[in-house]
Amino acid sequence: MAQYEAVIGLEVHVQLNTATKLFCRCRNHFGDPPNTNVCPVCLGLPGALPVVNQAAVAHAVKTGLLLNCTIAAFSKFDRKHYFYPDLPKAYQISQYDLPVCRAGWLEILLNEQPRRIGITRVHMEEDAGKLMHDEGGGGSVVDLNRTGTPLLEIVSEPELHSPDAAYAYLTTLKQLISYLGVSDCNMEEGSLRCDANVSVRPVGVTTLGTKVEIKNMNSFKGVHKALSYEIERQTKAVSAGQAIVQETRLFDTVQEKTVSMRSKEEAHDYRYFPDPDLAPMTFSAAQVEAVRATLPELPRARKERFAAQFALSDYDATLLTSERAMAEYFEATVQAGASGKAAANWIANNLLTALNAAHLTLAQCRITPAQLADMIALVESNAISSTNAKNDVFPVMFATGASPQAIVDEKGLRQVSDTTQIDAWVRAALEQNPAVMAALTSGKAKAAGTLVGAVMRLSQGKANPALVNARIAELTRAYLPPPPEPA
Amino acid sequence: METVADFLAALRRGTLSARAAVDLALQRIAAADPALQAFLAVRADEARAQAARIDEQRAQGQDVGPLAGLPFGVKDVICERDHECTCCSKILKGYRPPYNATVIERLRAAGAIPIGRLNMDEFAMGSSTEHSAFQQTRNPWDTTCIPGGSSGGSAAAVAARMVPMTLGSDTGGSIRQPAALCGVTGLKPTYGRVSRYGLVAYASSLDQIGPLALSAEDVALVLPHLAGHDPQDTTSAALPVPDYCAGLSGDIRGLRVGVPKEYFVAGLDPEVRHAVQAAIARLSALGARVEEVSLPHTEYAIATYYVVATAEASSNLARYDGIHYGARAADTRNLLEVYTHTRRQFFGDEVIRRIMLGTYVLSAGYYDAYYLKALQVRTLIKRDFDAAFENVDVLVTPTSPTPAFKLGARTADPLQMYLADIFTVSVNLAGIPGLSIPCGFSEKGLPIGLQLLAKPFDEATLLKVGHAYQCATDYHTRRPANCTDLFDEETKE
Amino acid sequence: MISHTDIAYLARLSRLAMSDADLAVFMPQLQQILAYIEQLRALDTTGIEPTAHVLPLRNVTRADDVGASLPQAAALQSAPQVGDGFFCVPAVIE
Ligand SMILES: [Zn+2]
Repeated sequence: MAQYEAVIGLEVHVQLNTATKLFCRCRNHFGDPPNTNVCPVCLGLPGALPVVNQAAVAHAVKTGLLLNCTIAAFSKFDRKHYFYPDLPKAYQISQYDLPVCRAGWLEILLNEQPRRIGITRVHMEEDAGKLMHDEGGGGSVVDLNRTGTPLLEIVSEPELHSPDAAYAYLTTLKQLISYLGVSDCNMEEGSLRCDANVSVRPVGVTTLGTKVEIKNMNSFKGVHKALSYEIERQTKAVSAGQAIVQETRLFDTVQEKTVSMRSKEEAHDYRYFPDPDLAPMTFSAAQVEAVRATLPELPRARKERFAAQFALSDYDATLLTSERAMAEYFEATVQAGASGKAAANWIANNLLTALNAAHLTLAQCRITPAQLADMIALVESNAISSTNAKNDVFPVMFATGASPQAIVDEKGLRQVSDTTQIDAWVRAALEQNPAVMAALTSGKAKAAGTLVGAVMRLSQGKANPALVNARIAELTRAYLPPPPEPA
Repeated sequence: METVADFLAALRRGTLSARAAVDLALQRIAAADPALQAFLAVRADEARAQAARIDEQRAQGQDVGPLAGLPFGVKDVICERDHECTCCSKILKGYRPPYNATVIERLRAAGAIPIGRLNMDEFAMGSSTEHSAFQQTRNPWDTTCIPGGSSGGSAAAVAARMVPMTLGSDTGGSIRQPAALCGVTGLKPTYGRVSRYGLVAYASSLDQIGPLALSAEDVALVLPHLAGHDPQDTTSAALPVPDYCAGLSGDIRGLRVGVPKEYFVAGLDPEVRHAVQAAIARLSALGARVEEVSLPHTEYAIATYYVVATAEASSNLARYDGIHYGARAADTRNLLEVYTHTRRQFFGDEVIRRIMLGTYVLSAGYYDAYYLKALQVRTLIKRDFDAAFENVDVLVTPTSPTPAFKLGARTADPLQMYLADIFTVSVNLAGIPGLSIPCGFSEKGLPIGLQLLAKPFDEATLLKVGHAYQCATDYHTRRPANCTDLFDEETKE
Repeated sequence: MISHTDIAYLARLSRLAMSDADLAVFMPQLQQILAYIEQLRALDTTGIEPTAHVLPLRNVTRADDVGASLPQAAALQSAPQVGDGFFCVPAVIE
């Protein structure tokens, strides 16, 4: 039996996080009451005219450069016509033959190996509104708040050959675009959407098989599952000598399989033509280079720099650069005086754990990088113990945003390194523990170790542990029998 | 008291209050409109209230604006906040825009008072105003004739002296042709001169709002308050607006006038030819240098226009689908029927023809042969004008091949109706400005129009030439018979 | 030459419910107009740039500043059917 390979191309829609919509000045914002972020332009009212948001264009160019695309010297908007209740003009302003960006690539890691996936094009378009089935009324209802939200459509070449590769492509794309700061790329919330074109062919064949379009996948895992199902379905069919029908299939998230849309769709005839209401856009080489200069340091370069500059492990460097916000938080902490190693440890081990447990993002974190650096400084100067820092100071900082000094003062946690005081605690501990005393006099030096806990209790955890150990050793020496005389 | 100049002089002098100006217009509408049917709606109370405010502010010494108290009419294709705007289509029956067009904002800011909505061909598609879904406007010079179109209501209202100025829109001649047929002065400004924001689109790359009035001087008085850059219209030009009145010297000595030979061909009514030739002779007598020029691609203009305009129309009119505003067909079983029944039931036949034609020329497999081809021919047509304007300052042509025709005479033959746009459509394809002024009358007493064309953004020269011609002639001051009676009535009081 | 099938397709594409009687009226009219438009084919336009805009406009954009939106009531004021702040349409089942 022949071996088959899958051929997958992905079309990803990313919502840009501009303040306003693509063609009007309504807020680009979600969660408001229906039909409140709307105006004559995005409602498609007769006579209203679109004007392009320059921030959206800038975001598109940046994304194109991020994806190693050529930025078009000349680009234009076209109208794409179809009727649907969430599309009030009955056409979508999109880009047809002259997109802003084309011919780029994205490098993904697949089985630890880097691989370049071609990017066919990146174009700008406006989002449609939301059509929802009205449970009570038996009809459907339309909210046009989302209408006109700026979208980038990123089309890959059909160069992905497994669900794993598609998954790696999506996670890498998301990471890079989030790094750029032009979108949240949250698939669950719809700010990133993905459709896939899938076909299978016998290994060794270079022509493409009949492709099927899959829609309605709402998470990266969903994409993986849908592709796995679909590849298996197509492989079985082709192996059995059946022909694949070119169609659109929806991913059923409950049954985790793709199902044919069945509805007899008229062959698409979108009647694209240049939008006469909008001017073409031009991008000179100088403009493009100016934008390129503003691109942030990308994860891979940053990871390598972190590892070298702060002597971090590969694991820590990767973790700290996985999100731009985290990398910036780390650098700000170092900037505020913390050592790279300590900052990395605290962020990787304590801060992220706390954030995960509280279901918060770094943006919502109440500890500022400067406060974290201050706390690290308190530990390193022995003002507080690292145990106190971890158990008593950090949790309060995390919960309240208070400064570490204030917490230490309020709780009286400042570490005691005064030898007289520590000696007093050691003596008291000895008095409270006659058994230890007896053990010592009988020559069991190790018994002194059990005093540490008692001293820490007496000091309410404030005694400097290193000093406690040293003083116990010093003060208990007197109780030990003299060492035997050398023979 | 009939021209913009008359009204503004009296209003500024204080011999006419804004309130009296509005009352005068309302009175004339009440007297003349029942026979002419130019207005779809008149808003007496609101106009009087606005006039009263202006009078009060003027009394307090406040700046009330350069057009304060001037009543005007609005073609039903321009949006006014909370006033029904139907484009004379059943599909927009009951539609009230929640916003004002930029031209309305500007005219109101200048103190002008919108007094009512004017009849037109449905969605500005037509040359006779017979395609209005609601009423038939008649030509004030002969009520058995059409007023021209699509701005037929706008032209008739000015011709009958109901209001001194109206707004029209011109996609292929819709201001100039009715102006010619009703004996008034109408300007289609350069594409980009006046904001289209709030003008319901027919063909976006051709549409332009412009004024209709009784003289070039009146147009010059009003135009600065319409024109200029609008950040809400990407296609509006960021160029300064000149003082058009400053150029109205009456002196056109040395002006170079081109007469395109392709506009004087078979099909041109002999009376129109005669009147236009007489007008050219008059310009020559005033000191202009007249020469023949050629616009070789003129014969392709109508075919090009009907591809470009209908393609854009099929797109612009797709939004009328019964979902978000306007009419929705009753008794539909599903969404598809809401679309198909609403659109079939509430669009008129002319609109349906143009939507189907436009859909065809954009559809898969035909785009290159029709739409792209038409855009290329559009380039050739534009180049013809560019070349001509290297040697002349203005071009002079007839506006319409014939005077007004009888109601119903051409409705059965759409292509014949299209061919009547022969002298006006090239101007929209090239984006240049065009002015139509009265230049005579047929034997039956119907007005004949002269079309003046200039380089992009050179409205000043058009108005200068128009004014010089009107200083030397009186065609623009003649009134249709029935409104002469009306004015005599007023004089007696 | 445009056929009955073509016209029926155009009617579907442009969402116009057309009866056979309608098509019988519109077909000859469209045929006549298209025949007239055919004259463009005679013209050689090789190498001629198309004119989509008559003005040489480029890069007309606006700043990303929030402006006023409409109140919900104004947005919905001319809709044929509304409910709970939404536009209402017959059930759309995917
Ligand atoms: Zn909006």
